[in-house]
Amino acid sequence: MDLILEGLITACKLLWALDPEVLGITWLSLKVSGIATLISVGLGVSSGMVVALTRFPGKKFVVSVVNTGMGLPPVVVGLFVTVFLWRNGPFGFLDILYTPTAIIIAQSVIATPIVMGISIAALQNLPNKLRLQILSLGATRLQMVFMLIREARLPLMAAVMAGFGGVISEVGASIMVGGNIKGYSRVLTTATVMETGKGEFATAFALSIILLFLVFLVNYLFTLIQQRERPR
Amino acid sequence: MSDTILAIDDLKVEFGGVTVLDIPSFCIREKEFVSLIGPNGSGKSTLLLALNRLLKPVSGRLSFRGNEIASRDDALHYRRRVSMVFQEPLLFDTTVYRNVASGLKIRGMGGEEIRERVTKYLACFNIEHLAHRSARKLSGGESQRASLARAFAMEPEVIFLDEPFSALDPPTRHSLTDDLEKIVRETGITTLMVTHDQSEALRMSDRIAVMQDGKIVQSGSPLAVMNNPVNEFVANFVGMDTILEGKVRRQDDGIVSVDVSGKEIDALGAAAPGDDVYCCIRPENVTIELTDPDDLTSARNVFPAVIRDIFSVGPFLKVVLDCGFTLTSFVTREAFAILDLKEGMRVFASFKATAVHLISLRK
Repeated sequence: MDLILEGLITACKLLWALDPEVLGITWLSLKVSGIATLISVGLGVSSGMVVALTRFPGKKFVVSVVNTGMGLPPVVVGLFVTVFLWRNGPFGFLDILYTPTAIIIAQSVIATPIVMGISIAALQNLPNKLRLQILSLGATRLQMVFMLIREARLPLMAAVMAGFGGVISEVGASIMVGGNIKGYSRVLTTATVMETGKGEFATAFALSIILLFLVFLVNYLFTLIQQRERPR
Repeated sequence: MSDTILAIDDLKVEFGGVTVLDIPSFCIREKEFVSLIGPNGSGKSTLLLALNRLLKPVSGRLSFRGNEIASRDDALHYRRRVSMVFQEPLLFDTTVYRNVASGLKIRGMGGEEIRERVTKYLACFNIEHLAHRSARKLSGGESQRASLARAFAMEPEVIFLDEPFSALDPPTRHSLTDDLEKIVRETGITTLMVTHDQSEALRMSDRIAVMQDGKIVQSGSPLAVMNNPVNEFVANFVGMDTILEGKVRRQDDGIVSVDVSGKEIDALGAAAPGDDVYCCIRPENVTIELTDPDDLTSARNVFPAVIRDIFSVGPFLKVVLDCGFTLTSFVTREAFAILDLKEGMRVFASFKATAVHLISLRK
């Protein structure tokens, strides 16, 4: 119990002092997970829309695969991304293993099925004839897509939040493909694991509190966007 | 009626290899109000979707004001000149005002013009007070009013209505029908409406088209369809409760005598002796008397009968009579009370020769 209390006090001191290393790690986490979330939203919403709005043989199978992907273990993703980016791997020539770019790639792979799966469910939950109604109003295909996204904005924002939450809190893939290099590819989760391993609980607590606060802040902003413009 | 505004030729729609719509030819004229009736699954809604170019036929041609709608661009421009209201209101998750404005925004109309149009049509459908309310918080009737206002706000040249009132309670339905009829008459907008309500179709339509198994089996004035159905299916569908199979015995001066279960029914029509026919009689044309009305009535068909069954049908009572063949009659509640009708009672049923519609059984 003393250990926890002491850790919390040290954490507060570290935060209050705006430790440059801690700030650097925080900024990198936010940047890496933010970019990965943006990529996953771009890929997940668009591909989710195609799957939800078109009929094709094997659609149920594809949806099942996507739903399975929502629970992809980060270490498995980390393993595959490492193999692909390894010096002798198919993308070894890019020379990006153990860089923040590699973490972005791994986190995008983790978040895309989450965003895609929730997007498919959100769009399939809209009334069947809504698409026809929008087209009958004279909309182009592109206008129809934007109107459908607008109609499904609440669950789609939930998809974004779930995607961001999934990647900012994962550790396995980031440590495997990022290498946890100090001042370069160390993010909040990998740093927390390392500090805990070293017995530096105060620093680990500080990083955890920042991580929690960051997740809360980002989700709060998303929630504000999600809930605005709701007519009475 | 003036020019044809919308026409289809050899239209065929298939779902999973099954033909669900097969219409050699159908057209709607400018300012015409056409009702499409038919049982569930007969292809009414599919026809509306095909006419709105919202589904692709396997073959056929759709022309609007003489121009074929062939390409995707043609379809888009065409859809911006027509509009459609579905059975469900399908409103967007925003205010009523923004819903009604949505089609106009899609067309890139200016803000002031949108405001004028939306205000006008909110007033037309008596929902101006709901303008800033969430569409999610409207009653069924209010939602459908908003949906209609959205469709009419675009001032389309043709409007397609797919059973827009079917989910509403009768008072709401009547009030909305009144408003719709008024607006359609005022604007003279060409309308094609799918309905299950025959009274609605009779009241509003210039023409009724009856669909069966993806085909239009009859199209004509409401009176023609109701009184002169082309086949047994249409007769049944338009409420001809009594459909009797018989053989023509003779024909004199346009009066055809048909043998039905050993009884002779006189009908006005054209059929040759020996022909097999259906005699179709609407229940409202059959009169029940307690005494033989032979000398007092102009009806050519009078049969002694026994009352077999009595049902309540809205404001009427439906009396099933056994005259050697089964005949049904609608009786007002007042007449029913005066005659003191009961099951098993012996009465006389009469109907005029003009009330019998003959359908030939010849293929």
